Amino acid sequence: MPKRLILAACLVALAAPAFAAGNMEPDRVSRWEDLTYLIFGDDARIAPTESLVTLAAPARAEDAALVPVTIATAEGAGVTGLSLVVDENPGPLAARLRFGPAGDPRELGLRVRVDGYTNLHAVATLADGSMVANAVFVKGSGGCSAPIGLSDVEAMADMGEMRMKFAAGGPEGSGRATLMVRHPNFNGMQMNQVSRLYTPARYVTEVEVSRGGELVFAMESDISLATNPVIDFLYRTGDARPFTVSVADSSGARWSQEFPAPESAVTN
Amino acid sequence: MIPARDILPTTRRGALLGAACLCCLPAAGWASTGVEEVAPGVFIRRGPDAEADRENLGGIANIGFVIGRDAVLVTDPGGSRADGAWLRGEIRALTDRPIRHVVISHVHPDHAFGAGAFLADEPEFVGHAALTPALAARGDFYRERLAEILGAEAVGPVVMPTREVGADGTVIDLGDRRLRLHAHPAAHTTCDLSMLDAEAGLLFPADLLFVGRVPSLDGSLTGWLGELDALEALGARQAVPGHGPALVEPGPAIAPLRRYLATLAEEVRAAIAAGQPIGAAARTAAAGERGNWTLFDDYNGRNVTQAYKELEWE
Ligand SMILES: [Zn+2]
Repeated sequence: MPKRLILAACLVALAAPAFAAGNMEPDRVSRWEDLTYLIFGDDARIAPTESLVTLAAPARAEDAALVPVTIATAEGAGVTGLSLVVDENPGPLAARLRFGPAGDPRELGLRVRVDGYTNLHAVATLADGSMVANAVFVKGSGGCSAPIGLSDVEAMADMGEMRMKFAAGGPEGSGRATLMVRHPNFNGMQMNQVSRLYTPARYVTEVEVSRGGELVFAMESDISLATNPVIDFLYRTGDARPFTVSVADSSGARWSQEFPAPESAVTN
Repeated sequence: MIPARDILPTTRRGALLGAACLCCLPAAGWASTGVEEVAPGVFIRRGPDAEADRENLGGIANIGFVIGRDAVLVTDPGGSRADGAWLRGEIRALTDRPIRHVVISHVHPDHAFGAGAFLADEPEFVGHAALTPALAARGDFYRERLAEILGAEAVGPVVMPTREVGADGTVIDLGDRRLRLHAHPAAHTTCDLSMLDAEAGLLFPADLLFVGRVPSLDGSLTGWLGELDALEALGARQAVPGHGPALVEPGPAIAPLRRYLATLAEEVRAAIAAGQPIGAAARTAAAGERGNWTLFDDYNGRNVTQAYKELEWE
């Protein structure tokens, strides 16, 4: 275990049993306590952290149907998994990721729906199985903002279409990529315009990205992910093999696609 | 989740329930500006460039009515049942002709919730064919959020349209004037309805036209730019925007909106091409437009987010 991590773990143990950030109103604190047991099990002990995990989200959610959240974890922290929880949503666990040898947990970007004022918690699982969390408070805005986008139904048309974009400027040893998946991620609140029936919940449940059999990340997700899921992630560079993406949804549909690595374009 | 049964049906029973509640409404606070007669028989209340609050009771949009020979048409009914009740009082101070048509221009709460004040009149509630699904998805959410600000009594129920306008449009005849309704493809929202009094050369574009107040994008950016051209091509002499002055000349009023939307499209496309993430783009794109609009900081970031999620799939 890296020295830095041991130090951090000690600090965590000494800290008061409070939450490092986010909104500390008693109702919100007890909601989070309930959620930790519901999501992570009766024995879950999740220590607060302000250094190992950081979250960024707009303080005022301009679009309740699409709140961009970025999570960063400290280098050398030994993070093996990350979960994002939208405390006050009906399906609070937005995503749970496991990172593989071709992945890098230092940066992750997701887009979620928020139903109102809520804490967002990022929970990191460390190599020894312990868990640490940080939080940020997001205010859903009023006006015309709502957790359901008016054009969500249209996303049905090209369901399963994927794109992968690569960007420069990743941290040492890693490249930046963005995976886009066309999927309405119906949460059961959208009405079909023609049939006038509520569209049953249908949402992306699994996304796996790997290259040459090595896992970058595997994600489980739920209805709190925004329509047309977009995931910003890091991957280990120095490998010219293509990326393989496979996506599954709650109706049992599966899609998979291969994307050439940016390195292959350089070397060829 | 929104069970369908929780949305008040506009049946006779629903209408009677609505009537029973009118007596206990709070007095509308936003009566101060009154309505102004912008054309013969056409009365408009100019909404303030503000967000809904306890003072204005959600009455922030331009709303009003047309008094015809045979009947009264209301559009829009207002931002809450209390706002609609105030508007109904203004109508009754001028005429006792029946209120037969309540046109709900789109799903947004500042335009739609006034409908609850007109249930007892048993009018037809007219909306875009896509208004029902939009209200089904968002109506309860809006009602709950608005109730936190105004109180549930003042907000009233979600009222569904009873007459839907499809792509072919429709005509409403008030006896001495015919109003042509047009259901637009996705633009400001996915359920925008505009109205034209061709004889008077008067256009009611509702929120397809914002003047002075920063527009909010909730449908399709490319669609809205296209619909602006279509509206201008109608050649109306005057228009009643959804927000801004009660009456404007269409050409000069549309131009700044078109410029803002085109700037938004251009700068968001540039952000996507440069690999700038959506959250960062929300803070920078179209920022040069700040000085041209009221409430800019409250809506521009959201507009960028909407534009980004539409344009990133181009
Ligand atoms: Zn609107």
